[in-house]
Amino acid sequence: MQRIIKNGQIIDETWHLLPKDATLDSLSNCDDYIVPLALWVEHSTALKARDGGLGVWLEAGEEIEEIADDLDNFQVIALNFPAFTDGRHSSTAYLLRTRYGYKGEVRAIGDILRDQLFALKRCGFDAFALRADKDPVDALKAFEDFSEVYQASADEPLPLFRRRA
Amino acid sequence: MYVYDEYDQRIVEDRVKQFRDQTRRYLAGELSGEEFRPLRLQNGLYIQRYAPMLRVAVPYGLMSSAQVRMMAKIARDYDKGYAHISTRQNVQFNWPELEDVPEILAELATVQMHAIQTSGNCIRNTTTDQFAGVARDEIIDPRPWCEIIRQWSTFHPEFSHLPRKFKIAVNGAASDRAAIEVHDIGLEAVKNEAGELGFRVAVGGGLGRTPIVGSYINEFLPWQHLISYLDAILRVYNRYGRRDNKYKARIKILVKALTPEVFAEKVNAEWAHLKDGPTTLSAEEVHRVADHFIDPAYRELADLDADLAKLDAEHPGFARWRQRNTVAHKRPGYVAVTLSLKPTGVAPGDVTDKQLDAIADLADRYSFGEVRNSHNQNIILADVEQQQLFTLWSELRELGFATPNVGLLTDIICCPGGDFCSLANAKSIPVAEAIQRRFDDLDYLFDIGELDLNISGCMNACGHHHVGHIGILGVDKKGQEFYQVSLGGSAGRDASLAQILGPSFAQDEMPDVIEKIIKVYVEQRTDEESFLDTFRRVGVDPFKERVYAANH
Repeated sequence: MQRIIKNGQIIDETWHLLPKDATLDSLSNCDDYIVPLALWVEHSTALKARDGGLGVWLEAGEEIEEIADDLDNFQVIALNFPAFTDGRHSSTAYLLRTRYGYKGEVRAIGDILRDQLFALKRCGFDAFALRADKDPVDALKAFEDFSEVYQASADEPLPLFRRRA
Repeated sequence: MYVYDEYDQRIVEDRVKQFRDQTRRYLAGELSGEEFRPLRLQNGLYIQRYAPMLRVAVPYGLMSSAQVRMMAKIARDYDKGYAHISTRQNVQFNWPELEDVPEILAELATVQMHAIQTSGNCIRNTTTDQFAGVARDEIIDPRPWCEIIRQWSTFHPEFSHLPRKFKIAVNGAASDRAAIEVHDIGLEAVKNEAGELGFRVAVGGGLGRTPIVGSYINEFLPWQHLISYLDAILRVYNRYGRRDNKYKARIKILVKALTPEVFAEKVNAEWAHLKDGPTTLSAEEVHRVADHFIDPAYRELADLDADLAKLDAEHPGFARWRQRNTVAHKRPGYVAVTLSLKPTGVAPGDVTDKQLDAIADLADRYSFGEVRNSHNQNIILADVEQQQLFTLWSELRELGFATPNVGLLTDIICCPGGDFCSLANAKSIPVAEAIQRRFDDLDYLFDIGELDLNISGCMNACGHHHVGHIGILGVDKKGQEFYQVSLGGSAGRDASLAQILGPSFAQDEMPDVIEKIIKVYVEQRTDEESFLDTFRRVGVDPFKERVYAANH
């Protein structure tokens, strides 16, 4: 079972992340699933009727605007990083938290490594599924990288210049 | 200049710790080369042809004498005794050991310096006019705005992995010495009819593989909204800039693909959500920062035109130097002095540890303890008393900084090229030197007048060849180093991109080629006409005919 970082703690993963080509047939009624965007778009009614938990995941090029009206349906929104250097979903997470007021879990998935965690957390991610070969315990140290920041972001509504003593 | 408070200092010290640990993990094999690469790049560390190259940030080119002495110390202790002034006003070291870099950063932090975001796909060092704060044609001192942008851009969490690098320049004067129209974002300080300050915003300019002059998308952005508007531009770019091809990933490609009008609409739509939010700049914050850039303790002096003219008459060398290497100052009795780092036989922009120490001493004695690096790769003492000018000149001559060539053909902008850089297709330094040797006659050089000659060793265009009046680009032709020549570029207010002359040349042909181009200009020019103006009037053909005549 994979372990993920959630709110600065390491927890056992209980959600099933479905691949892009997943179909409705493969789903049980009670398990918790994070489904690809396409499956949600096509089968939202059926997915909503299930008893298990529901999340959705977006590829790096998929835009949050597409599901902006559906956010209440998801306990988890996972955002995929095909490479850790692809920063598109940093903006997605920021928008989810600040513009759409999403309060559920925003999870970083894909090529997620320790040295990106500090900035990703600032943008609004609260959960991180590290790349399989990386140790989440080691990665927790990343949250201590900086003790002060200049900008406003999802974690801190005020820029430093409004907080300077 | 800006002085760190405890917050700024803590952020830079946290960075030293972070990078020390990243380097340790890389050396221990916990981070792969591929994983370490973007981390080290965002700290200005390249792995180069012979050794790592470390690019130290010099925010908007401004350094205190203590910082200059630190550059000297690093050159001495960790390098081969010299440093290089880059075309982004930064300082580069060509020979540090990777293992030493964390220690170098720790030393930098003691003088409020760092190497943050001097490379990588993030927001780079914001640049400006090397004469900021002292220029006679200045409307607004751009430095406080550069510092505000520096703080906003430092470790911006959302924009730390952009599609590609991102460069911002600010101009506050009538002339544009910051080349804002060839930047990803160019900001020009302007005042509206009510006398209020704002910025005219250009986006999508840039050099590199696809040179483009930027498009203005906002004619007047009130200063309060600078940060929220920058956030909006960057968010649109971060989300929609291309990531499938690194050669099409700069914001200029996105602006061009969408058209500047549509890009501006997208920015405005995004900005509508941010405008008047907490990132709106307050007068208090602007004053806090601007208070670091108030005038130094100038004395009440008068201009010494007659005295200096007398010295000119007695010392033709001084007259020449004064003509080329000094610039009028906003205060009577003061003058800004450019130290030429372009004597023949020295790689353009290179400076030794001893010279750096000497520059720091000069800054303390003549110019309130500060210097500026220019994007033309020279160093400026901005606040020199005219009555000390002659003494300073004598000292500069001893130190090798008095070559009277600023703005002339031999004041060449030149990247490190194939001698150092692993990206380069061709060497650039030997070409610069060969041209400098050919034009060693000062009378001829002065007669030719204002001329920007820029050399890049590859199409990444670190030597800004597209905006040289004469641009030289190193190209690879079947494994051989060749050089393509272009004419008519300009980085000034009338920014234009140079036009390619024709087929490229071998390295040893280059001095002849440049000489022929200059001869055409000298023959064609009217009385006071500059090279650029002549080129714009007569076009490329007369140059082409002369240069390629022998080949026909």
